[in-house]
Amino acid sequence: MGERHLLTGNHAASYGAKLSRAEVISAYPITPQTTIVELLSEMVASGELDARYITVESEHSAMAAVIGASAAGCRTYTATSGQGLALMHEMLHWAVGARTPVVLTNVTRAMAPGWSIWSEQTDFLSQRDVGWMMLFAETVQEAQDFVVWMYRVAEQVFLPGMVAMDAFILSHTSEPLIVHDQAAVDAYLPPFDPLYTLDPAEPRAYGGLVNRDHYFEIRYKAFEAMERAGRLLVEAGEEFGEALGHRYGPVDPFMMDDAEIVFVSAGAMTSNVRYAVTLLRERGIKAGLLRLVAFRPFPFEEVRRLLEGRKVAVLDRNMSSGHSGIFAEEIRSALSMGAAPTEVYGYVLGIGGRDIRVETVLDVADDLMSRDEPARTLYVGVKGLPIGPARADREIARLAPLEEVSP
Amino acid sequence: MRFGIPLEERIEPGNLGCQGCGGALSMRMVLKGLSDDTVAVIPACCWSIIDGPWPVHALQVPVFHTAFETAAIMATGIKAAKLQQGKDTTVMAWAGDGGTFDIGLQALSGAAERNEDIIYVCYDNEAYMNTGIQRSSSTPIGTWTTTTPDERPETRPKKNIMEIMAAHRIPYAATATPAYPDDLLAKVEIARDLRGTRFLHILSACPPGWKMGSGDAIAAMRAAVDSRVFPLYEVRDGLDVTITRWPEHEVDPEAYFAMQGRFRPLLDDPEELARVRRLIDRQWETLVARHREHHPEPAAG
Repeated sequence: MGERHLLTGNHAASYGAKLSRAEVISAYPITPQTTIVELLSEMVASGELDARYITVESEHSAMAAVIGASAAGCRTYTATSGQGLALMHEMLHWAVGARTPVVLTNVTRAMAPGWSIWSEQTDFLSQRDVGWMMLFAETVQEAQDFVVWMYRVAEQVFLPGMVAMDAFILSHTSEPLIVHDQAAVDAYLPPFDPLYTLDPAEPRAYGGLVNRDHYFEIRYKAFEAMERAGRLLVEAGEEFGEALGHRYGPVDPFMMDDAEIVFVSAGAMTSNVRYAVTLLRERGIKAGLLRLVAFRPFPFEEVRRLLEGRKVAVLDRNMSSGHSGIFAEEIRSALSMGAAPTEVYGYVLGIGGRDIRVETVLDVADDLMSRDEPARTLYVGVKGLPIGPARADREIARLAPLEEVSP
Repeated sequence: MRFGIPLEERIEPGNLGCQGCGGALSMRMVLKGLSDDTVAVIPACCWSIIDGPWPVHALQVPVFHTAFETAAIMATGIKAAKLQQGKDTTVMAWAGDGGTFDIGLQALSGAAERNEDIIYVCYDNEAYMNTGIQRSSSTPIGTWTTTTPDERPETRPKKNIMEIMAAHRIPYAATATPAYPDDLLAKVEIARDLRGTRFLHILSACPPGWKMGSGDAIAAMRAAVDSRVFPLYEVRDGLDVTITRWPEHEVDPEAYFAMQGRFRPLLDDPEELARVRRLIDRQWETLVARHREHHPEPAAG
């Protein structure tokens, strides 16, 4: 049954790696991720976790180390955040081409400059096209469980996967969770069964030169594996419920049955959105919420089925400058293939860790209900500006240097 | 003369190396000195090509191809997995000078500082030869490359990677060249039997990049040693220096430079050539002094 504990999101992720029996761990310190690997380092040192821990000199090397260890047949884990994830970028591609089912936890963090350690999703979503599976946790329980869930699928399709959680809001917040019974996790997640292990008795070359005759087909196999991963995530999420008591899926709908306006959200901010939805319902407004759990593979079918025909506010704590919030882009793309006409409003908020409060979501609801034309990008909470698009003719409020105190 | 070179080969007869490629010869020699239980890691370098396109593979050991700057850490990760699985497989990183002196230096320094149990081999052809002869920090003074053209040849001395590696106090670091295969093989065997980070710096001629005939490759590598431009020595634990080959027939450095078209700007500049001569002399004197410190009795002359 597991045991009830009180853990931070970061330590829950450590337990996720431990329960998964990660065999090689390599990581580089970066706020706000660091406490994940500190705890894992202690677990390895004490013998509580039978693994090798490599203290590398950069995140780029951390990712390389776990790719190498995975290629040699071990289950591998790393964790990072913001700049670290960006530095890993080249090797994130490598993990896909090498077909190494590495699992990574990314604590989402705003990119510098200016330096910020606070939550923002842009670091994570900027890795959209590397070919990793991508999940976004909302709770401490999920920060732990998604690591296990991810390994289960990653090792079936030989693709790597990353689990995101919000800086501080989740990473450093303690919540009760069930730390599962090891035997139950072992039954759910069998040992890694690699196809190849860099065995000198079988001297093959891995990842070498490929001519135009073959490259496309080799990549196609990875693309096809990602398509399969969508179904496997659903199955493995349901089995997680049967085996370990928490059922997971690529989307998490709330009060959607008769919803006329729907918020789309991901990560820990969703908890406030969910509460805002209940307040709106009390006011007689038919609001609903669709939380995106899986970002890659993208849950096209679920998104289309649940959102079509409704008035949708996508809440993006991220921005693809010159386009839209990234979730808004993706939602519009999913709705462009045969869905009934759906109004999608892109709201960008909470950049650089600015709080997204229940009131913020209620302000967005008021704004949404006042509009009748879908809007590409509406900025929420820029000082001195009402909710609206970027306007060259409006200046933001002069920033008072000491007014803003870090939370 | 009888050499102690094993007859055993761990490389297939065919590969994509250029004629006279010192890097291909170095690989052949090094693998002779290692065991069958070896995995090679190759970052971007000439050997990414030489090993052959999929599904061809010239080596008889597994090769994990990796990104340019990750040879040392990829080897570290693979070794960690092998140890976790209870195997004592030798993991060898095999990188060029670009992947070692330049883009791979950070990961190499990290691995060496942690004394990771890997053999790191740098086959050094003194420029980015695979991309078509661009200067690296291993390129010697006065050299022509496509990014240090005749009008503005290389102005800085070759980075001394051996001193950098020795500064990490790793168990073993040695220079070698396949043109003196007995010396090379002896060093490979020493490295094989030690534990921790072992570093081999192998000067490897590149006839197209050095602008000379492929038939001159062996002669050029020997001349590099005998002119003391590239002395053969080893450093144990970062401090104990032993010169392993004292030039028997001293070659004038100018004769070594004159064998290769890439040194034309140097030969055209008497002042720069004089500076280079002084540098070679001073480096050799420093090396001999360190050798004497470690071997109080004169070892050879």
